[in-house]
Amino acid sequence: MSLTRTIGGMLGSLAATLKHVAAPRDTVLYPEQKPDLPPRFRGRIVLTRDPDGDERCVACYLCSAVCPVNCIDIQGTEAAKDERRYPKTFQINFARCIFCGLCEEACPTLAIQLTPDFEMCVRDRNALLYQKEDLLIDGPGKHPHYNFYRHSGVPIAGKPIGASEHEAPPVDPFSNLP
Amino acid sequence: MSTLLHWLLILVGLGITAVALIVVAALLVFAERRVLGLLQDRYGPNRAGPFGLMQAPADALKLLSKEAFVPPFAERFFYTLAPILVASAVLISFVVVPIGPNLGWAANINIGLLFVLAMSSLNAYGVFLGGWASNSKFPLIGSIRAIAQLISYELSLGLAVMGVVLLAGSFSLARIVEAQEIPYILLQPVGFLIFLICGVAETHRIPFDLPEAENELASGFNTEYGGMRFGLFFLGEYLGMLLISALITTLYLGGWHGPFQPWLAVPWFALKTLALVLLFFWLRASLPRLRYDQLIAFGWKFLLPVALLNIMGTALVGLLWK
Repeated sequence: MSLTRTIGGMLGSLAATLKHVAAPRDTVLYPEQKPDLPPRFRGRIVLTRDPDGDERCVACYLCSAVCPVNCIDIQGTEAAKDERRYPKTFQINFARCIFCGLCEEACPTLAIQLTPDFEMCVRDRNALLYQKEDLLIDGPGKHPHYNFYRHSGVPIAGKPIGASEHEAPPVDPFSNLP
Repeated sequence: MSTLLHWLLILVGLGITAVALIVVAALLVFAERRVLGLLQDRYGPNRAGPFGLMQAPADALKLLSKEAFVPPFAERFFYTLAPILVASAVLISFVVVPIGPNLGWAANINIGLLFVLAMSSLNAYGVFLGGWASNSKFPLIGSIRAIAQLISYELSLGLAVMGVVLLAGSFSLARIVEAQEIPYILLQPVGFLIFLICGVAETHRIPFDLPEAENELASGFNTEYGGMRFGLFFLGEYLGMLLISALITTLYLGGWHGPFQPWLAVPWFALKTLALVLLFFWLRASLPRLRYDQLIAFGWKFLLPVALLNIMGTALVGLLWK
């Protein structure tokens, strides 16, 4: 290795580092500056509502089945007045949650969603058990126009089978009219 | 003034100097982290106190509050002696450094430079004893490598300095500074470079820090040390860096010389020393570490012949000039 190339290499390294004195620093000075998070960032979990204001969750247990650490606990029931299923209790144990987003992917009604909020620090572990009143929000979250019951064929009070959008009424098997 | 009072005042003054040097070394630790951050597109520690300045006392308090244990397999006497040797050898070397005209504890002792070289050998003893007394694999390898490195580069260090002694005609550091009408970096550029490289090697800084590299040797001879003993090793390293910078300033950059004498003598000295310390930080951020065999080969096969040639050249020119 020739002497001039060695010395040139070392001086080049020194110059390269010196350039970085003028460069802006890459650090985000949290908590004075908040990080710029994309909307698909997998942060705190929320339960969302319809555009009409009813809660979306139908207590199908898909999220709790897919959860890799079994942190979701649901008790479903059916409301008498409009025959919609809903969760009587919905508990997420955030001490176990790994924020993987599988529950959001599994949910058929787009009820459970992950938001770009990570500031959930508590001093008592029991405060990490979020119940339904902690999780339910008033808005539709990331999908503002989706109403599950309008698309699906599940019958509720006031909407028999065949009455949802893009659905044909059921065929009458006892008549031979087309 | 009675002799007793005289000596008492000297003792107190020396104590204050030692404490001031330790405070400066602690601030250098903090400054290095900030400067490395500046060179690496990040912030250093800036949370503890204004601009993070309380980081230095926070580090000191942290080390002081740790348990002062001696591992049961370690040689107790030398384990405790090693950090004391390192820190005190470097602190004692500061008495011969002239920070201003007629300002220096023993700067006009006529063997000043020899004294500094002797103290650096004691430093090598301390580093070696630390690893040896720890009675454990990583420290042993680290300390063997450390002492081989230190004695190899001490040779070239001493030889490079001989050029300055030839020019100034004295080993006394005060005399060397006074003799520098032209800073000796211009008359001895090769000697300056050799002294700089050997100085970096003597304080085992990057690129010569294999004996204590965290990712190579789990911190080398430092491994079995905790609490304030580790603190003394650490402080000894940064004080050594300050000492080498001060020596380069004294021997090659004209010491306290500069415009607006005599008011700005000490600030000039401090400025030049600080610039060299920043160079040490810059080297740390930029250069990769030398492999151990490359290190020793470089010291013996390149630096030693160049240092000898430097002396012979200086002597020849001095002979023919007259």
